[in-house]
Amino acid sequence: MPAETVDAGTSRDLVSGLDALERTPITETRWGRFASRLWAGTWPKVLALALVIGAWQALFLSGWKDPWVLPSPLAVWEDLAAYAATPDYAQAVLITMQRALTGFALSVVVGSVLGIAVARFKPLRAAIGSLITGLQTMPSIMWFPLAILLFKISESAILFVVVLGAVPSIANGIISGIDYVPPAWRRVGAVLGMQGFQLYRHVILPATLPSFVSGLKQGWAFAWRSLMAGELLVIVAGQGSIGALMQGAREFNDSARVLTWIITVLVIGILVDTAFKAADDRIRRTWGLAADR
Amino acid sequence: MTQTRTETRVGETARAAGAVVLTDVVKRYGRGPGAVTALDGVSLTVAPGSFTCLLGASGCGKSTLLSLVAGLDDLSGGAIEHVDHPVAMMFQESALFPWLTVQGNVEIALRVRGVGRAERRRRALELLETVRLTGFAHKRPHELSGGMRQRVALARALAQDASVLLMDEPFGALDAMTRDLLHDELERIWREQGLTVLFVTHNVREAVRLGDQVVLLSSRPGRVLEVYDVGLERPRRIDSAPVAALAARITDALREEVGRHAG
Repeated sequence: MPAETVDAGTSRDLVSGLDALERTPITETRWGRFASRLWAGTWPKVLALALVIGAWQALFLSGWKDPWVLPSPLAVWEDLAAYAATPDYAQAVLITMQRALTGFALSVVVGSVLGIAVARFKPLRAAIGSLITGLQTMPSIMWFPLAILLFKISESAILFVVVLGAVPSIANGIISGIDYVPPAWRRVGAVLGMQGFQLYRHVILPATLPSFVSGLKQGWAFAWRSLMAGELLVIVAGQGSIGALMQGAREFNDSARVLTWIITVLVIGILVDTAFKAADDRIRRTWGLAADR
Repeated sequence: MTQTRTETRVGETARAAGAVVLTDVVKRYGRGPGAVTALDGVSLTVAPGSFTCLLGASGCGKSTLLSLVAGLDDLSGGAIEHVDHPVAMMFQESALFPWLTVQGNVEIALRVRGVGRAERRRRALELLETVRLTGFAHKRPHELSGGMRQRVALARALAQDASVLLMDEPFGALDAMTRDLLHDELERIWREQGLTVLFVTHNVREAVRLGDQVVLLSSRPGRVLEVYDVGLERPRRIDSAPVAALAARITDALREEVGRHAG
Protein backbone atom coordinates (compact mmCIF):
# COMPACT_ATOMS: atom_id res chain seq x y z
CA MET A 1 0.00 0.00 0.00
CA PRO A 2 2.15 2.86 -1.23
CA ALA A 3 -0.41 5.49 -0.28
CA GLU A 4 0.25 4.68 3.36
CA THR A 5 3.97 5.22 3.21
CA VAL A 6 4.95 7.99 5.56
CA ASP A 7 7.58 10.17 4.04
CA ALA A 8 10.36 11.00 6.46
CA GLY A 9 10.48 14.67 5.44
CA THR A 10 6.74 15.08 5.83
CA SER A 11 6.84 13.45 9.22
CA ARG A 12 9.57 15.82 10.34
CA ASP A 13 7.52 18.81 9.16
CA LEU A 14 4.44 17.50 10.91
CA VAL A 15 6.31 17.04 14.17
CA SER A 16 7.83 20.50 14.16
CA GLY A 17 4.54 22.05 13.00
CA LEU A 18 2.67 20.48 15.87
CA ASP A 19 5.41 21.52 18.30
CA ALA A 20 5.09 25.12 17.13
CA LEU A 21 1.30 25.08 17.50
CA GLU A 22 1.26 23.49 20.92
CA ARG A 23 3.67 25.81 22.63
CA THR A 24 2.22 28.97 24.10
CA PRO A 25 3.88 32.01 22.64
CA ILE A 26 5.34 34.41 25.19
CA THR A 27 5.03 37.84 23.66
CA GLU A 28 5.89 40.13 26.53
CA THR A 29 9.56 40.75 27.20
CA ARG A 30 11.05 39.84 30.55
CA TRP A 31 11.69 43.48 31.37
CA GLY A 32 8.13 44.44 30.56
CA ARG A 33 6.90 41.76 32.90
CA PHE A 34 9.39 42.79 35.57
CA ALA A 35 8.34 46.45 35.43
CA SER A 36 4.63 45.71 35.60
CA ARG A 37 5.15 43.28 38.47
CA LEU A 38 7.27 45.83 40.31
CA TRP A 39 4.55 48.46 39.99
CA ALA A 40 1.82 46.01 41.00
CA GLY A 41 3.84 45.17 44.12
CA THR A 42 4.81 48.73 44.98
CA TRP A 43 1.72 50.91 44.98
CA PRO A 44 -0.20 48.98 47.68
CA LYS A 45 2.86 49.19 49.93
CA VAL A 46 3.21 52.96 49.42
CA LEU A 47 -0.48 53.44 50.16
CA ALA A 48 -0.30 51.30 53.31
CA LEU A 49 2.73 53.24 54.55
CA ALA A 50 0.99 56.56 53.95
CA LEU A 51 -2.05 55.37 55.95
CA VAL A 52 0.09 54.24 58.89
CA ILE A 53 2.04 57.50 59.02
CA GLY A 54 -1.20 59.46 58.70
CA ALA A 55 -2.76 57.60 61.65
CA TRP A 56 0.40 58.09 63.71
CA GLN A 57 0.39 61.83 62.97
CA ALA A 58 -3.28 62.05 63.93
CA LEU A 59 -2.58 60.22 67.20
CA PHE A 60 0.33 62.58 67.89
CA LEU A 61 -1.83 65.67 67.21
CA SER A 62 -4.64 64.37 69.45
CA GLY A 63 -2.32 64.88 72.43
CA TRP A 64 -3.02 61.38 73.79
CA LYS A 65 0.54 61.17 75.09
CA ASP A 66 3.25 63.72 75.78
CA PRO A 67 5.55 64.38 72.77
CA TRP A 68 8.57 62.94 74.62
CA VAL A 69 6.71 59.63 75.05
CA LEU A 70 5.10 59.54 71.61
CA PRO A 71 7.12 61.66 69.18
CA SER A 72 5.75 62.78 65.80
CA PRO A 73 6.65 60.88 62.60
CA LEU A 74 8.76 63.86 61.55
CA ALA A 75 10.81 63.86 64.78
CA VAL A 76 11.50 60.13 64.41
CA TRP A 77 12.43 60.60 60.76
CA GLU A 78 14.89 63.35 61.70
CA ASP A 79 16.47 61.13 64.38
CA LEU A 80 16.65 58.20 61.98
CA ALA A 81 18.21 60.26 59.18
CA ALA A 82 20.84 61.79 61.45
CA TYR A 83 21.59 58.64 63.45
CA ALA A 84 21.81 56.31 60.44
CA ALA A 85 24.83 58.29 59.26
CA THR A 86 26.80 57.65 62.47
CA PRO A 87 29.33 54.81 62.95
CA ASP A 88 27.44 53.65 66.09
CA TYR A 89 24.40 52.87 64.01
CA ALA A 90 26.35 51.01 61.33
CA GLN A 91 28.30 49.13 64.00
CA ALA A 92 25.09 48.04 65.77
CA VAL A 93 23.47 46.82 62.56
CA LEU A 94 26.66 44.98 61.69
CA ILE A 95 26.92 43.21 65.07
CA THR A 96 23.27 42.18 64.96
CA MET A 97 23.40 40.99 61.36
CA GLN A 98 26.55 39.04 62.07
CA ARG A 99 24.83 37.26 64.93
CA ALA A 100 21.76 36.63 62.79
CA LEU A 101 23.73 35.21 59.88
CA THR A 102 25.96 33.03 62.07
CA GLY A 103 22.95 31.65 63.90
CA PHE A 104 21.00 31.15 60.71
CA ALA A 105 23.88 29.42 58.90
CA LEU A 106 24.38 27.06 61.83
CA SER A 107 20.62 26.41 61.90
CA VAL A 108 20.60 25.57 58.18
CA VAL A 109 23.30 22.96 58.68
CA VAL A 110 21.77 21.43 61.81
CA GLY A 111 18.21 21.66 60.47
CA SER A 112 19.08 20.06 57.13
CA VAL A 113 20.95 17.15 58.65
CA LEU A 114 18.21 16.63 61.22
CA GLY A 115 15.48 16.87 58.57
CA ILE A 116 17.10 14.34 56.25
CA ALA A 117 17.80 11.97 59.13
CA VAL A 118 14.22 12.14 60.40
CA ALA A 119 12.74 11.71 56.92
CA ARG A 120 15.05 8.80 56.17
CA PHE A 121 14.89 6.73 59.36
CA LYS A 122 11.47 5.65 60.53
CA PRO A 123 12.34 5.06 64.21
CA LEU A 124 13.91 8.50 64.42
CA ARG A 125 10.74 10.04 63.00
CA ALA A 126 8.61 8.14 65.49
CA ALA A 127 10.95 9.31 68.27
CA ILE A 128 11.35 13.00 67.53
CA GLY A 129 9.08 13.87 64.59
CA SER A 130 6.37 15.44 66.71
CA LEU A 131 8.95 16.86 69.13
CA ILE A 132 10.32 19.01 66.30
CA THR A 133 6.88 20.43 65.59
CA GLY A 134 6.38 20.95 69.32
CA LEU A 135 9.62 22.90 69.56
CA GLN A 136 8.53 25.04 66.64
CA THR A 137 5.53 26.36 68.56
CA MET A 138 7.55 27.09 71.69
CA PRO A 139 8.30 30.81 72.24
CA SER A 140 12.07 31.10 72.07
CA ILE A 141 12.20 33.55 74.97
CA MET A 142 11.45 30.52 77.18
CA TRP A 143 14.98 29.27 76.49
CA PHE A 144 16.83 32.34 77.74
CA PRO A 145 16.92 31.58 81.44
CA LEU A 146 18.44 28.19 80.64
CA ALA A 147 20.76 29.66 78.03
CA ILE A 148 22.06 32.22 80.51
CA LEU A 149 22.65 29.51 83.13
CA LEU A 150 24.44 27.34 80.57
CA PHE A 151 26.49 29.98 78.78
CA LYS A 152 26.35 33.02 81.12
CA ILE A 153 25.82 36.42 79.51
CA SER A 154 27.63 35.69 76.27
CA GLU A 155 27.39 35.44 72.51
CA SER A 156 26.94 31.68 72.92
CA ALA A 157 23.76 32.17 74.93
CA ILE A 158 22.27 34.24 72.12
CA LEU A 159 23.45 31.82 69.45
CA PHE A 160 21.99 28.87 71.36
CA VAL A 161 18.52 30.39 71.42
CA VAL A 162 18.65 31.59 67.81
CA VAL A 163 19.56 28.10 66.60
CA LEU A 164 16.88 26.47 68.76
CA GLY A 165 14.36 28.88 67.26
CA ALA A 166 15.25 28.29 63.62
CA VAL A 167 16.17 24.60 63.44
CA PRO A 168 12.65 23.11 63.78
CA SER A 169 11.25 25.13 60.86
CA ILE A 170 14.18 24.28 58.61
CA ALA A 171 14.05 20.59 59.52
CA ASN A 172 10.28 20.50 58.98
CA GLY A 173 10.71 22.13 55.56
CA ILE A 174 13.04 19.33 54.49
CA ILE A 175 10.90 16.59 56.03
CA SER A 176 7.71 17.65 54.30
CA GLY A 177 9.63 18.23 51.07
CA ILE A 178 10.92 14.66 51.13
CA ASP A 179 7.48 13.30 52.07
CA TYR A 180 5.92 14.98 49.05
CA VAL A 181 8.41 13.93 46.37
CA PRO A 182 6.14 12.59 43.58
CA PRO A 183 6.46 8.79 43.36
CA ALA A 184 6.88 9.12 39.58
CA TRP A 185 10.20 10.93 40.10
CA ARG A 186 11.45 8.27 42.50
CA ARG A 187 10.43 5.61 39.98
CA VAL A 188 12.37 7.33 37.22
CA GLY A 189 15.38 7.44 39.54
CA ALA A 190 15.03 3.71 40.17
CA VAL A 191 14.67 2.95 36.46
CA LEU A 192 17.80 4.99 35.73
CA GLY A 193 19.63 2.85 38.26
CA MET A 194 19.98 5.34 41.11
CA GLN A 195 20.43 3.90 44.55
CA GLY A 196 20.78 5.31 48.05
CA PHE A 197 22.94 8.41 47.97
CA GLN A 198 22.59 8.90 44.20
CA LEU A 199 18.80 8.96 44.50
CA TYR A 200 19.10 11.64 47.20
CA ARG A 201 21.68 13.62 45.30
CA HIS A 202 19.90 13.65 41.92
CA VAL A 203 16.20 13.33 42.73
CA ILE A 204 15.04 13.66 46.31
CA LEU A 205 17.05 16.68 47.48
CA PRO A 206 16.47 18.77 44.33
CA ALA A 207 12.80 17.85 44.53
CA THR A 208 12.54 19.24 48.07
CA LEU A 209 13.84 22.66 47.02
CA PRO A 210 10.54 24.61 47.13
CA SER A 211 9.66 23.20 50.53
CA PHE A 212 13.24 23.74 51.76
CA VAL A 213 13.12 27.41 50.76
CA SER A 214 9.83 27.97 52.55
CA GLY A 215 11.35 26.24 55.59
CA LEU A 216 14.34 28.58 55.37
CA LYS A 217 12.07 31.58 55.17
CA GLN A 218 10.16 30.55 58.25
CA GLY A 219 13.40 29.58 59.99
CA TRP A 220 14.79 33.03 59.33
CA ALA A 221 11.70 34.65 60.85
CA PHE A 222 12.14 32.57 64.01
CA ALA A 223 15.89 33.23 64.15
CA TRP A 224 15.35 36.97 63.79
CA ARG A 225 12.68 37.06 66.51
CA SER A 226 14.81 34.99 68.88
CA LEU A 227 17.76 37.24 68.22
CA MET A 228 15.81 40.42 69.01
CA ALA A 229 14.50 38.91 72.24
CA GLY A 230 18.03 37.78 73.07
CA GLU A 231 19.65 41.12 72.43
CA LEU A 232 17.17 42.86 74.74
CA LEU A 233 17.76 40.34 77.53
CA VAL A 234 21.41 39.35 77.12
CA ILE A 235 23.46 42.50 76.82
CA VAL A 236 27.04 41.48 76.21
CA ALA A 237 29.52 44.10 77.43
CA GLY A 238 31.21 46.07 74.65
CA GLN A 239 28.83 44.77 71.98
CA GLY A 240 26.64 47.72 70.93
CA SER A 241 24.07 45.64 69.06
CA ILE A 242 20.65 46.89 68.00
CA GLY A 243 19.01 45.37 71.08
CA ALA A 244 21.61 46.78 73.44
CA LEU A 245 21.38 50.31 72.02
CA MET A 246 17.60 50.11 72.07
CA GLN A 247 17.58 49.20 75.76
CA GLY A 248 19.97 52.11 76.30
CA ALA A 249 17.59 54.47 74.53
CA ARG A 250 14.69 53.32 76.73
CA GLU A 251 16.75 53.98 79.86
CA PHE A 252 17.31 57.55 78.64
CA ASN A 253 13.58 57.95 77.83
CA ASP A 254 14.52 58.48 74.18
CA SER A 255 11.31 57.39 72.43
CA ALA A 256 12.39 58.68 69.05
CA ARG A 257 15.53 56.52 69.21
CA VAL A 258 13.51 53.44 70.26
CA LEU A 259 11.22 54.01 67.28
CA THR A 260 14.25 54.52 65.03
CA TRP A 261 15.44 51.02 65.98
CA ILE A 262 11.97 49.53 65.55
CA ILE A 263 11.83 50.95 62.04
CA THR A 264 15.34 49.65 61.31
CA VAL A 265 14.44 46.13 62.42
CA LEU A 266 11.25 46.26 60.40
CA VAL A 267 13.11 47.35 57.26
CA ILE A 268 15.71 44.59 57.66
CA GLY A 269 12.88 42.07 58.07
CA ILE A 270 11.16 43.31 54.92
CA LEU A 271 14.40 43.24 52.89
CA VAL A 272 15.19 39.67 53.90
CA ASP A 273 11.62 38.61 53.20
CA THR A 274 11.88 40.16 49.74
CA ALA A 275 15.03 38.15 49.05
CA PHE A 276 13.28 34.93 50.07
CA LYS A 277 10.27 35.82 47.98
CA ALA A 278 12.52 36.43 44.97
CA ALA A 279 14.14 33.01 45.43
CA ASP A 280 10.71 31.41 45.77
CA ASP A 281 9.39 33.17 42.66
CA ARG A 282 12.43 32.09 40.71
CA ILE A 283 11.93 28.44 41.64
CA ARG A 284 8.25 28.57 40.79
CA ARG A 285 9.00 30.17 37.43
CA THR A 286 11.68 27.70 36.34
CA TRP A 287 9.62 24.76 37.61
CA GLY A 288 6.54 26.01 35.80
CA LEU A 289 4.50 26.29 39.01
CA ALA A 290 3.74 30.00 38.64
CA ALA A 291 0.75 31.07 36.60
CA ASP A 292 1.89 33.49 33.91
CA ARG A 293 0.73 36.90 34.95
CA MET B 1 5.48 -8.40 5.22
CA THR B 2 8.44 -8.06 7.56
CA GLN B 3 10.86 -7.47 4.74
CA THR B 4 11.49 -3.82 5.54
CA ARG B 5 12.30 -4.72 9.09
CA THR B 6 14.73 -7.43 8.13
CA GLU B 7 16.53 -4.97 5.93
CA THR B 8 16.94 -2.36 8.62
CA ARG B 9 18.27 -5.00 10.97
CA VAL B 10 21.29 -5.60 8.77
CA GLY B 11 24.29 -4.01 10.41
CA GLU B 12 22.20 -3.01 13.40
CA THR B 13 22.53 -6.26 15.27
CA ALA B 14 24.93 -4.95 17.90
CA ARG B 15 22.17 -3.54 20.06
CA ALA B 16 19.63 -6.16 19.04
CA ALA B 17 21.02 -8.80 21.38
CA GLY B 18 18.37 -8.08 23.99
CA ALA B 19 15.43 -10.35 24.52
CA VAL B 20 13.20 -11.14 27.45
CA VAL B 21 11.86 -14.56 28.38
CA LEU B 22 9.12 -14.84 30.98
CA THR B 23 8.38 -18.27 32.42
CA ASP B 24 5.31 -18.88 34.60
CA VAL B 25 5.53 -15.44 36.17
CA VAL B 26 3.37 -15.10 39.28
CA LYS B 27 2.80 -11.90 41.25
CA ARG B 28 0.76 -11.81 44.44
CA TYR B 29 0.15 -8.84 46.68
CA GLY B 30 -0.40 -9.47 50.37
CA ARG B 31 -0.51 -12.75 52.28
CA GLY B 32 -3.08 -15.25 53.49
CA PRO B 33 -6.75 -15.17 52.51
CA GLY B 34 -6.60 -11.44 51.66
CA ALA B 35 -3.88 -11.91 49.06
CA VAL B 36 -4.54 -10.69 45.53
CA THR B 37 -3.05 -12.53 42.57
CA ALA B 38 -2.19 -9.95 39.93
CA LEU B 39 -0.39 -12.26 37.53
CA ASP B 40 -0.86 -16.00 37.39
CA GLY B 41 1.55 -18.01 35.26
CA VAL B 42 2.44 -15.60 32.49
CA SER B 43 4.84 -17.08 29.95
CA LEU B 44 6.07 -15.02 27.06
CA THR B 45 9.06 -14.83 24.76
CA VAL B 46 10.07 -11.48 23.36
CA ALA B 47 12.32 -11.92 20.34
CA PRO B 48 15.35 -9.66 19.96
CA GLY B 49 14.51 -6.55 17.98
CA SER B 50 10.79 -7.22 18.08
CA PHE B 51 7.96 -4.91 19.07
CA THR B 52 5.55 -6.54 21.51
CA CYS B 53 2.37 -4.90 22.72
CA LEU B 54 0.75 -6.01 25.97
CA LEU B 55 -2.96 -5.41 25.84
CA GLY B 56 -5.66 -5.90 28.42
CA ALA B 57 -8.53 -4.35 30.32
CA SER B 58 -8.09 -2.82 33.77
CA GLY B 59 -6.81 -5.23 36.37
CA CYS B 60 -4.90 -7.45 33.96
CA GLY B 61 -1.63 -6.56 35.64
CA LYS B 62 0.04 -5.26 32.49
CA SER B 63 1.81 -2.43 34.31
CA THR B 64 2.76 -4.86 37.08
CA LEU B 65 4.30 -7.10 34.45
CA LEU B 66 6.45 -4.23 33.16
CA SER B 67 7.57 -3.33 36.68
CA LEU B 68 8.65 -6.93 37.16
CA VAL B 69 10.58 -6.97 33.90
CA ALA B 70 12.20 -3.66 34.89
CA GLY B 71 13.17 -5.14 38.24
CA LEU B 72 11.24 -2.47 40.16
CA ASP B 73 9.21 -5.14 41.91
CA ASP B 74 9.87 -8.70 43.14
CA LEU B 75 8.42 -11.85 41.60
CA SER B 76 6.22 -14.15 43.67
CA GLY B 77 6.99 -17.08 41.36
CA GLY B 78 8.40 -18.04 37.99
CA ALA B 79 11.35 -16.43 36.28
CA ILE B 80 12.26 -13.55 34.01
CA GLU B 81 15.41 -13.91 31.96
CA HIS B 82 17.13 -11.04 30.26
CA VAL B 83 19.83 -11.40 27.68
CA ASP B 84 20.82 -7.82 28.48
CA HIS B 85 20.27 -5.95 31.70
CA PRO B 86 19.37 -3.30 32.80
CA VAL B 87 16.41 -2.24 30.71
CA ALA B 88 15.19 1.25 29.81
CA MET B 89 11.70 2.36 30.73
CA MET B 90 9.27 5.19 30.16
CA PHE B 91 5.87 5.93 31.65
CA GLN B 92 2.54 7.60 30.89
CA GLU B 93 3.68 10.70 32.75
CA SER B 94 6.95 12.04 31.39
CA ALA B 95 8.18 12.64 34.98
CA LEU B 96 10.88 15.03 33.79
CA PHE B 97 12.74 16.85 36.55
CA PRO B 98 11.66 20.51 36.60
CA TRP B 99 14.96 21.67 38.13
CA LEU B 100 16.84 20.52 35.03
CA THR B 101 16.75 21.72 31.45
CA VAL B 102 15.65 19.41 28.65
CA GLN B 103 19.29 18.56 28.01
CA GLY B 104 19.92 18.05 31.71
CA ASN B 105 17.02 15.61 31.87
CA VAL B 106 18.60 13.49 29.15
CA GLU B 107 22.07 13.84 30.63
CA ILE B 108 20.97 12.57 34.03
CA ALA B 109 20.62 9.04 32.62
CA LEU B 110 24.22 9.23 31.43
CA ARG B 111 25.48 10.89 34.58
CA VAL B 112 24.20 8.09 36.79
CA ARG B 113 26.26 5.71 34.68
CA GLY B 114 29.39 7.78 35.16
CA VAL B 115 29.67 9.18 31.62
CA GLY B 116 32.00 12.21 31.47
CA ARG B 117 30.73 15.75 31.02
CA ALA B 118 31.76 16.32 27.38
CA GLU B 119 30.52 12.93 26.27
CA ARG B 120 27.26 13.46 28.17
CA ARG B 121 26.64 16.69 26.36
CA ARG B 122 27.46 15.25 22.94
CA ARG B 123 25.26 12.21 23.47
CA ALA B 124 22.33 14.20 24.90
CA LEU B 125 22.31 16.58 21.95
CA GLU B 126 22.51 13.65 19.56
CA LEU B 127 19.53 11.98 21.26
CA LEU B 128 17.55 15.23 21.21
CA GLU B 129 18.15 15.32 17.50
CA THR B 130 16.89 11.73 17.26
CA VAL B 131 13.59 12.75 18.88
CA ARG B 132 13.54 15.95 16.79
CA LEU B 133 13.98 18.40 19.63
CA THR B 134 17.13 20.10 18.45
CA GLY B 135 16.94 23.69 19.60
CA PHE B 136 14.97 22.87 22.75
CA ALA B 137 17.97 21.70 24.77
CA HIS B 138 17.93 24.70 27.11
CA LYS B 139 14.18 24.89 27.62
CA ARG B 140 12.54 23.81 30.85
CA PRO B 141 10.09 20.89 30.80
CA HIS B 142 7.09 23.12 31.56
CA GLU B 143 7.80 25.14 28.42
CA LEU B 144 7.09 22.09 26.24
CA SER B 145 3.84 20.46 25.16
CA GLY B 146 2.83 17.01 26.42
CA GLY B 147 4.00 15.30 23.24
CA MET B 148 7.37 17.05 23.36
CA ARG B 149 7.83 16.06 26.99
CA GLN B 150 7.22 12.43 26.11
CA ARG B 151 9.89 12.73 23.43
CA VAL B 152 12.33 14.07 26.01
CA ALA B 153 11.39 11.11 28.23
CA LEU B 154 12.06 8.84 25.25
CA ALA B 155 15.47 10.47 24.70
CA ARG B 156 16.22 9.96 28.39
CA ALA B 157 15.25 6.29 28.10
CA LEU B 158 17.43 5.91 24.99
CA ALA B 159 20.32 7.47 26.93
CA GLN B 160 20.25 4.38 29.15
CA ASP B 161 21.74 2.53 26.18
CA ALA B 162 19.75 -0.58 26.96
CA SER B 163 18.64 -2.87 24.15
CA VAL B 164 15.25 -3.43 25.78
CA LEU B 165 12.83 -0.52 26.11
CA LEU B 166 9.75 -0.90 28.31
CA MET B 167 6.91 1.54 27.70
CA ASP B 168 3.97 1.84 30.10
CA GLU B 169 1.12 3.53 28.19
CA PRO B 170 3.53 6.26 27.08
CA PHE B 171 1.05 8.00 24.81
CA GLY B 172 -2.07 7.44 26.92
CA ALA B 173 -2.42 11.08 27.94
CA LEU B 174 -1.85 12.61 24.49
CA ASP B 175 -4.35 13.80 21.90
CA ALA B 176 -4.95 11.60 18.85
CA MET B 177 -3.00 13.73 16.38
CA THR B 178 0.10 13.90 18.56
CA ARG B 179 -0.19 10.19 19.34
CA ASP B 180 -0.28 9.28 15.63
CA LEU B 181 2.86 11.30 15.01
CA LEU B 182 4.62 9.76 17.97
CA HIS B 183 3.74 6.31 16.66
CA ASP B 184 5.62 7.16 13.47
CA GLU B 185 8.52 8.57 15.47
CA LEU B 186 8.72 5.61 17.82
CA GLU B 187 8.59 3.17 14.91
CA ARG B 188 11.41 5.03 13.17
CA ILE B 189 13.59 5.10 16.29
CA TRP B 190 12.87 1.46 17.10
CA ARG B 191 14.04 0.47 13.62
CA GLU B 192 17.06 2.78 13.54
CA GLN B 193 18.31 1.67 16.94
CA GLY B 194 17.37 -1.99 16.71
CA LEU B 195 15.54 -1.93 20.03
CA THR B 196 13.41 -4.62 21.61
CA VAL B 197 10.22 -2.88 22.74
CA LEU B 198 7.66 -4.08 25.26
CA PHE B 199 4.75 -1.68 25.04
CA VAL B 200 1.77 -1.67 27.41
CA THR B 201 -1.49 -0.12 26.23
CA HIS B 202 -5.24 -0.44 26.61
CA ASN B 203 -5.77 1.00 23.13
CA VAL B 204 -6.32 -1.95 20.73
CA ARG B 205 -5.66 0.01 17.55
CA GLU B 206 -2.48 1.44 18.98
CA ALA B 207 -1.31 -2.10 19.78
CA VAL B 208 -2.04 -3.31 16.22
CA ARG B 209 -0.52 -0.16 14.71
CA LEU B 210 2.79 -0.71 16.51
CA GLY B 211 3.25 -4.36 17.42
CA ASP B 212 4.85 -7.32 15.70
CA GLN B 213 2.89 -9.33 18.20
CA VAL B 214 0.00 -8.32 20.41
CA VAL B 215 -0.34 -10.19 23.68
CA LEU B 216 -3.86 -10.18 25.09
CA LEU B 217 -4.01 -10.60 28.85
CA SER B 218 -6.98 -11.69 30.95
CA SER B 219 -8.04 -9.74 34.00
CA ARG B 220 -7.87 -10.73 37.66
CA PRO B 221 -5.67 -12.66 37.57
CA GLY B 222 -3.59 -11.70 34.54
CA ARG B 223 -2.87 -14.61 32.22
CA VAL B 224 -1.94 -14.70 28.55
CA LEU B 225 -5.23 -15.22 26.70
CA GLU B 226 -3.85 -15.11 23.21
CA VAL B 227 -0.86 -13.92 21.22
CA TYR B 228 -1.66 -12.32 17.85
CA ASP B 229 0.99 -12.13 15.16
CA VAL B 230 0.20 -8.86 13.46
CA GLY B 231 2.11 -9.48 10.23
CA LEU B 232 1.05 -6.27 8.49
CA GLU B 233 3.44 -4.34 6.32
CA ARG B 234 5.16 -1.31 7.85
CA PRO B 235 4.81 1.59 7.97
CA ARG B 236 1.22 1.16 9.02
CA ARG B 237 -1.49 3.71 9.60
CA ILE B 238 -3.75 3.48 12.61
CA ASP B 239 -6.81 4.21 10.43
CA SER B 240 -6.02 1.69 7.67
CA ALA B 241 -8.46 -1.14 6.94
CA PRO B 242 -6.16 -4.08 7.85
CA VAL B 243 -5.27 -2.48 11.19
CA ALA B 244 -8.95 -1.81 11.91
CA ALA B 245 -9.93 -5.38 10.95
CA LEU B 246 -7.45 -7.05 13.28
CA ALA B 247 -8.22 -4.50 16.00
CA ALA B 248 -11.91 -5.42 15.72
CA ARG B 249 -11.10 -9.10 16.18
CA ILE B 250 -8.97 -8.41 19.24
CA THR B 251 -11.57 -6.02 20.65
CA ASP B 252 -14.17 -8.80 20.45
CA ALA B 253 -11.91 -11.11 22.41
CA LEU B 254 -11.24 -8.33 24.93
CA ARG B 255 -14.96 -7.64 25.36
CA GLU B 256 -15.66 -11.30 25.91
CA GLU B 257 -13.01 -11.32 28.63
CA VAL B 258 -14.42 -8.20 30.31
CA GLY B 259 -17.95 -9.66 30.09
CA ARG B 260 -16.78 -12.73 32.00
CA HIS B 261 -16.38 -10.50 35.07
CA ALA B 262 -20.01 -9.26 34.98
CA GLY B 263 -22.29 -9.72 37.95
